Amino acid sequence: MIEIKGLHKYYGNHHVLKDINLDIGEPGIYAILGPNGSGKSTLLKSIIGLVNPRQGTISVNGISVAGTHAYRNEISYLPQIARFPDNLRVFELIRLIKEIRNEEADESELVNLFQVESDIRKRLRNLSGGTRQKVNMILGFLFDTPYLILDEPTISLDPVSLTKFRKIISEKKEQGKIIIYTTHIMNLVEELSDHIILLLEGRIIFKGGLKDIYGKTGSSSLENAISMLVDKNGK
Amino acid sequence: MRKFIKYSFVDLIQSYWTILYFVFFLVVTSTILYFSADMTKSIVSMMNIVLVLIPLVSIVFGAIYYYNSREFTELLLAQPVRRRSLILGQYSGLALSLSISFTAGITIPFILKGIFASEHLPDFLLILLAGIGLSFSMSAIAYATALKHENKILGFGISLFIWFFLAVLYDGLILILLILFKEYPTDSLAIVLTFLNPIDLSRVMIMLGLDIAALMGYTGALFLKFFGSFTGIAISVFSVLCWIAIPSFLMVRIANNKDF
Repeated sequence: MIEIKGLHKYYGNHHVLKDINLDIGEPGIYAILGPNGSGKSTLLKSIIGLVNPRQGTISVNGISVAGTHAYRNEISYLPQIARFPDNLRVFELIRLIKEIRNEEADESELVNLFQVESDIRKRLRNLSGGTRQKVNMILGFLFDTPYLILDEPTISLDPVSLTKFRKIISEKKEQGKIIIYTTHIMNLVEELSDHIILLLEGRIIFKGGLKDIYGKTGSSSLENAISMLVDKNGK
Repeated sequence: MRKFIKYSFVDLIQSYWTILYFVFFLVVTSTILYFSADMTKSIVSMMNIVLVLIPLVSIVFGAIYYYNSREFTELLLAQPVRRRSLILGQYSGLALSLSISFTAGITIPFILKGIFASEHLPDFLLILLAGIGLSFSMSAIAYATALKHENKILGFGISLFIWFFLAVLYDGLILILLILFKEYPTDSLAIVLTFLNPIDLSRVMIMLGLDIAALMGYTGALFLKFFGSFTGIAISVFSVLCWIAIPSFLMVRIANNKDF
């Protein structure tokens, strides 16, 4: 269970998150949506502890995350930008992350799935952007954690890898995990997500299921529904 | 922390820049030793190179390394680790790889020249110590500065200015101060000001070891007068350690309050 109460975040004078209250307890897929700069990444980074909140509390499984790090054993995180140390090789990177987490995991299935077997001994600086994103995926899905936090996971993925991503996410959902992700691809949200959290200028303007958002706006397309909500709540 | 030291060391020791840094010291040291028959002169030449170049390279490399590994640092911080362990580990791996390149680069030619059988062995060891001290202290300053400033150009600019200030401007400013206050006793002031600059401290440390009065300069002579050679070196070493510890402490503080 992730509980966020009265969360405020500023970058300098810029009020990025405004009084965020969220309870994420029910297993399933949560899509955090919103225009660029609406605070989606900052919200995810606050949960993972990369960003220090100005005000408010975040707790994971009932324990406040402020100043602690052990709770991250429960979370897998996939960052938006995949950049790794230039001179390490792919298998060294995977081994490093396993060592850091002090956790055994078998990457072979994911390596096969994303078809990076031939790249496993290559230095990371020699990989293309797409392959780096696949390596990022492997690291993100490597550990069996109850929570998965994915920041724009579909960026620079080719259609084949995108299909594989969908498959993994659906499997994780069936295993009863909580998956929170941000994206701009609306058909992915329609296909996969159980819950939608819509952010605008740092505020939550909608939370609920797909049916709720269609019901609230009277629209049958998610893209239209979101546009309507953003227009209605915007300046 | 050991895991982070290991990964950043393994990453950096394979980098072209680290290898180039090693080759540079190898070539320069060999050339100096080859062209000069007098070991004292060679050591003084090496000292001048070490005092200018190591701070500059450590500052530039420190800032580049932080900014280049910015996104990966974010990924590592999302794992169950302490910020302190990660930041200190990355920095130590960086300082260690710089120190090893430098040490290997200058030691190989000196060994071939027979330094272990020479009376100049202690002087050579002092140069090594000063070079390693400067690699650690200047890269710590660069790392803390880069952590503080998300804007690369600003972080780089400030780091380079710190190098320019400590390596070039500082001595001139001390001289101006001493001339302005020539009516007053300024010995203690000069000693305190030397403590405040790791590059000056390293110079004094090597000079005290070499014991060449003509090259010692004003502050070196003062150190000798106040502390004697051995205590002078010991105090300089302690101060260089402070120059590593204080920026490292600041680094951890900045990292703990930072949004990644």
